[in-house]
Amino acid sequence: MIPFLLINLVKIACVIGVMLTVVAYTVLAERKVCAWMQDRIGPNRVGPMGLLQPLADGLKFVFKEDVLSHHVNKVYFTLAPMIALVPALITIAVVPWGSQLMIPGLAEPVKGVIADLNVGILFVFAISSLGVYGIVLAGWSSNSKYPFLGSIRSSAQMISYEVCLGLSVVPVFMQVGSLNLSQVVEYQAHHVWLGLCQPLSFFIFVVSAFAETNRLPFDLPEAEQELVGGYHTEYSSMKFAMFFMGEYAAMFVASALMVTLFFGGWSLPFAPFNVPAQTLGVGLAHIGIFLVKVCGFLFFYIWVRWTIPRFRYDQLMALGWKLFIPLTLLNILISGVVLTLMSK
Amino acid sequence: MELIDSASRAQVAMDEALGSEKMIINMGPQHPSTHGVLRVVLELDGEEVVNVWPDIGYLHRGDEKIAENMTYTQFIPYTDRLDYLAPLANNVTYAYAVEKLLGMDVPPRCKYIRVICAELARISSHLLGLGSFAMDIGAMTVFLYLFREREKIYDMAECISGARFTTSYTRIGGLARDLTPEFLPMLRKFLKEFPATVDETDKLLTRNRIFCDRTRGIGVLTKADAIDLGVTGPCLRGSGVDWDIRKSHPYSSYEDFDFEVPVGTVGDSYDRYLCRMEEMRQSVRILHQAVDNLPDGPVNSPDAKILLPDKEAVLTKMEELIHHFINVTEGINAPPGEIYFSAENPKGELGFYIVSKGGGTPHRLKIRAPSFVNLQALPVMAKGHMMSDMVTILASIDFVMGECDR
Repeated sequence: MIPFLLINLVKIACVIGVMLTVVAYTVLAERKVCAWMQDRIGPNRVGPMGLLQPLADGLKFVFKEDVLSHHVNKVYFTLAPMIALVPALITIAVVPWGSQLMIPGLAEPVKGVIADLNVGILFVFAISSLGVYGIVLAGWSSNSKYPFLGSIRSSAQMISYEVCLGLSVVPVFMQVGSLNLSQVVEYQAHHVWLGLCQPLSFFIFVVSAFAETNRLPFDLPEAEQELVGGYHTEYSSMKFAMFFMGEYAAMFVASALMVTLFFGGWSLPFAPFNVPAQTLGVGLAHIGIFLVKVCGFLFFYIWVRWTIPRFRYDQLMALGWKLFIPLTLLNILISGVVLTLMSK
Repeated sequence: MELIDSASRAQVAMDEALGSEKMIINMGPQHPSTHGVLRVVLELDGEEVVNVWPDIGYLHRGDEKIAENMTYTQFIPYTDRLDYLAPLANNVTYAYAVEKLLGMDVPPRCKYIRVICAELARISSHLLGLGSFAMDIGAMTVFLYLFREREKIYDMAECISGARFTTSYTRIGGLARDLTPEFLPMLRKFLKEFPATVDETDKLLTRNRIFCDRTRGIGVLTKADAIDLGVTGPCLRGSGVDWDIRKSHPYSSYEDFDFEVPVGTVGDSYDRYLCRMEEMRQSVRILHQAVDNLPDGPVNSPDAKILLPDKEAVLTKMEELIHHFINVTEGINAPPGEIYFSAENPKGELGFYIVSKGGGTPHRLKIRAPSFVNLQALPVMAKGHMMSDMVTILASIDFVMGECDR
């Protein structure tokens, strides 16, 4: 019991530590990449090549005055940023970072996932849909018109795209035959990456994930040019920073899910990376492979954001309900037929 | 009929039961998309805009009144601050207006240089207009690509006038100075590089599905409405009216130039965008012709009663010294009369109506600012659209509050 707890606590500490570091550096990467895309230099004052910028940003947030306007509902106003951040951190628990680690001195190999749930993906959707409460509460408790509009938009958007998101991955699990994310990865390691055999699924998942994480072209809840920041207009200091971190953490989780579901998770399609690790070195390499893939998707997020314009609210809803949901249903039907025919 | 009645009755009953009411929201004067200090009061039904009340005047500086207390030449720097995205063009228009009052003409070289100024200003203004248009829709990178080109135009403005922003380059009867030797090579280089940026923007936006969805059919201004409201410039041409003062009442030797006036068909935001894109290309065409055919000769009118005489002559000759003194202390002695002169500025028809009772200062100077007139089309364009479309429509009008509020 004690070793079990200890190992898991260490794992949680590592995962949260790595994740928050990646989140902090994604913000820097975003600024750097967009600067390069726009013929600028980007932040380069703090530390070598601006590498300490996230530290400076964090310190700045800590020292900023935490404004609590008199017209806000103080309890919910304080609660909202926490609700926005925490689900993103929780969902990562069921995502396998690696296969297993053979730690010398331990009898059993340590699994590369914190919680190896057999309903993994359902857990992810259940928890991540809590994130919308953060935004809705933020907009409502601010008692201010622009945040209110932003939060209305976002609740509608997130609820509709959750449906797309959920339906789009159904064919994946039909093919794998399990909801456990570790088994999804192992299936891909043995057979083929699911992004290749379920391209439509993958496409809809990616687009819905953009909507779910409120990133451009679906950043309507924030829509700086229309709503001046949307739901977090009234926030400052660390409360604002938590929304900010929540957004990037959600991006990280979405990228991790894309990698896990469609791009083979920790595996590469050749030995020794296509089977669970038998040595510590390979185990660590698996984690490295996973993180590199995740970073690739994070870059994709940034790339898209600085390239295309923003949808309008009604267009976004039309896209979700009138195009994606029928497509996902069709995709489920086709996958079912093909799987049945192949099994005969 | 009964069905509709009962449906609407049900709606009314539900509205009453839920206590639903329309939301009044303030957009501006501090808002990222109202480009300066325009305040728009919106009445929203959900996200739909039911009513729009533009509220102007936050940048009122009393330019017209100020003009009555100074000489004609002294007012030139104030014209920089009208449409502050195209100061060179304002300088040119104002100079022609006063010259019309004086009944004088300027040398051909001056006219050509003024054409260069006006067209550079047009490109610069459209670059900002399109850049912020794209940014308001969410395509931020386009904005920075276009700003990179504007920077070059600012460099050129610095090269000819010494100032990047507040150029004050024209004088009544001529120019502050002739072109510097570095200017023409700079302009040629710019003309060579610039079309690539326009094409790049074209690729990023013109056929971008999201951009088209956001702009097509948004903020439609019909031909009749556009004429009724007195809209001018790209907004008018976007609505399908072929009206460009450079063609209809050529000034500054525009009759020598070969260019086309782009005209839209529907009158939506997308048409206004396309008009501005094409106008930039046409401006490049005009600039090429101006550079190639630039006449030699003086840039200033020789009339010493209007322009300051040569400094050396002032220091050595009595006559010139007197002219200099009178010019500086009393200003140009304009004949009594009333004139109206207007020119095709980037944002539309910029007009100056000057009433003179003789002497060095105008009795009354009225500025017909295109942004002011174009902005009154906002409620017509915006009603019935969504809140997000407000920013599209505002950006597609491309107004400047400096000019609107004066």
